Amino acid sequence: MTEHHGAPDHDMTGHHEAPPRESPPAAARRAPVETAKAEPVHYQGRVHELQKELMNAYYAELTDIAKGRSPKKNAHLLIAGNPVELVRAFDMVPVFPEVNVLQIAARKASLPLIQKAEELGYAVDNCAYVKADVGLYLSGYEAPYGTVPKADLLLCNYVGCNVYLNWFEHLAELTGAPAVNIDIPFIRSADGEPSPQDIAYVVKQLEELIGLLERTTGTTLDWKKLQRTVELSAYVGEMWAEIKALTQLRPAPYDAYFDSVTMMAVLYCLRGTEEAARFFETAVADLKERAALGKGPLPEERFRVVIEGPPPWPFLRVFRDMFTRWGAVAVASTYSTVGGIWEFGFRHDPQRPLESIARHMLAQNLCNRTFLQRYDQMARYVDEWKADAIVIHSVKSCRLFSAGQGDMREYFAREREVPTLLIESDLEDPRYFSQAQLRNRIDAFFEALTQRRITAAAAAGGVA
Amino acid sequence: MRYAVGVDVGSTQTKALLLDESGTIVARSLIDTGAYLVRAAERSLEAALAEAGVSRNDVGYAIGTGYGRFKVAFGDDQVTEISCHAKGAWSLFPKTRTVIDIGGQDTKAIKVSDRGEVLDFAMNDKCAAGSGRFLSNSAEALGLDVSEIGARSLDAKTPVRLSTVCTIFVETDILSYLASGKKTEDILAGVHGAIGARTIALVRRVGAEPEITFTGGVARNVGMVRAVQEKLGLEVNVSPDSHYTGALGAAVFALERMTAAAQVLA
Repeated sequence: MTEHHGAPDHDMTGHHEAPPRESPPAAARRAPVETAKAEPVHYQGRVHELQKELMNAYYAELTDIAKGRSPKKNAHLLIAGNPVELVRAFDMVPVFPEVNVLQIAARKASLPLIQKAEELGYAVDNCAYVKADVGLYLSGYEAPYGTVPKADLLLCNYVGCNVYLNWFEHLAELTGAPAVNIDIPFIRSADGEPSPQDIAYVVKQLEELIGLLERTTGTTLDWKKLQRTVELSAYVGEMWAEIKALTQLRPAPYDAYFDSVTMMAVLYCLRGTEEAARFFETAVADLKERAALGKGPLPEERFRVVIEGPPPWPFLRVFRDMFTRWGAVAVASTYSTVGGIWEFGFRHDPQRPLESIARHMLAQNLCNRTFLQRYDQMARYVDEWKADAIVIHSVKSCRLFSAGQGDMREYFAREREVPTLLIESDLEDPRYFSQAQLRNRIDAFFEALTQRRITAAAAAGGVA
Repeated sequence: MRYAVGVDVGSTQTKALLLDESGTIVARSLIDTGAYLVRAAERSLEAALAEAGVSRNDVGYAIGTGYGRFKVAFGDDQVTEISCHAKGAWSLFPKTRTVIDIGGQDTKAIKVSDRGEVLDFAMNDKCAAGSGRFLSNSAEALGLDVSEIGARSLDAKTPVRLSTVCTIFVETDILSYLASGKKTEDILAGVHGAIGARTIALVRRVGAEPEITFTGGVARNVGMVRAVQEKLGLEVNVSPDSHYTGALGAAVFALERMTAAAQVLA
């Protein structure tokens, strides 16, 4: 989600390939060509600049800890449904292995790390995030953006991915760091709400965690500080929800997939801090201004899509260009809810900090919800964000998250009659990305959408 | 007279096709793609023009399709072969509602509207399992030419059940069947049956609505046509021009645009 942090050649909209035509054909001057290829603009707003600054500072702090220049303790956490507010309340710094390795993938440097883990015996189809992180540890935790500190605490939480449990177990074995897991019951109710027993079960574990964090840091919990942290999370959640609502406008002022990842970096790595609050104040103002001016990420928004699944980090720009050339803008994405769902009203509550953290861990992140709830979430995006189509990007090395996407495609294509494309590569492993194959599918999908529009316009008496 | 051109630069072969203003096919050409895509596109066009006795200046509009579509340097636009196979199949058999295309590395099922537009499609994933390349590798493993294996497979008495659709592993599978004394035609029936089953799974994903038209180079294989029909329990349309369906679709798109342009200019 912070693919451009420190990358000198990064641009937010992804820079575009040469236009598809190789040489200007003579006949093009004679005939009107139905052009589907919009030229992308390079939007680099205050949001992106500030994000870069904050993430640089975040990684500088991690490097200081790793090099022994800072006395702060750190905990390694997962993105989905974590209790980062408690970690921050103890003045510990959260480290996110997923964020660390996706940035390496975005710099096209993940494969050697993955192969290092495979030499240890990891299978080719094992989660590539896990392998890259294990490979990173074996490389001395030296990353292009800084040094990752060895964990003082490996704080896992189970939200439907047992591979992640084994990941942290293996890190514990490799590093000798203490590892704990918070067991989060999967959401089983039809309405997506956790039961009072579920909440009590998680709160009890959070209370035990407080004891552990007290022992780790040698301090006692400052309840007021926890409340302030939770209050800041609520404030950031409110602003993030406001930002998400902006893409209901036409044109959407930013891309809710490719630009959301910029904001997600701050939302996840710095949630519960004053810096995150300042960042989101800037982001809300900046994006509202763009919305008021009717500015979108592309010169023309031709298709509004909902994207499901994480991006292929090693080929982010190439992937973005495949949509840009058709004038396709993501107006919503499920990926931007892996670390929390705020757009449908959830807020942390400083008056009940532990209970609201528990609710977030249980029911307000994508991974701990059922597939039917994911359908509902996507259906709301299609209806309320007025999308033309859905694109599902399936992850080859994550069957847990991707299994069922074939049914998902059928549900939307057949039962809801939303044009839906299912494509597949990987979030971290470049070996699964086949550019020609992906582009072929994406081109064919938008060709078909274009053709249907022409037909509909002709039927309505317009000019085809 | 002006002509519309479709050039399909496929992974294995490059096809070019010329339509006159009335939409009649006036020439086709077929060459191996090789490593130089720009040259393959160029050569296929030259061959088709020569067959029709038409000069390059008479080409009104050209569209490139297939994996090498961006290498059709003389093309006015590019359209994916998914759209082109839909359009081509519809132009050959206007009642087509489902297209099965088995090419060198791709197998696809396409749901088509009554105007030849793509409504939905499903394709094999990244590997070439169950594609034309599977057939040619199998033929090679048996020491046969790919053009003869379809007819041979029809002689099978007790077809084997192949456990793989992997284009690489099929060779060792075939060797082990040969070692255990299985007859060539029985192995070939297994090979065709495996691809048939795999193809039908794709077709079911988009819905097998008749009429079904089988396109692409593999549609020339009678064993494959029979395997697909048996698995589907339905007759499929196969045109003598099946191999050119993508190029035809591209040429039909080119003709539509050429006509639209003429109307604008008139």
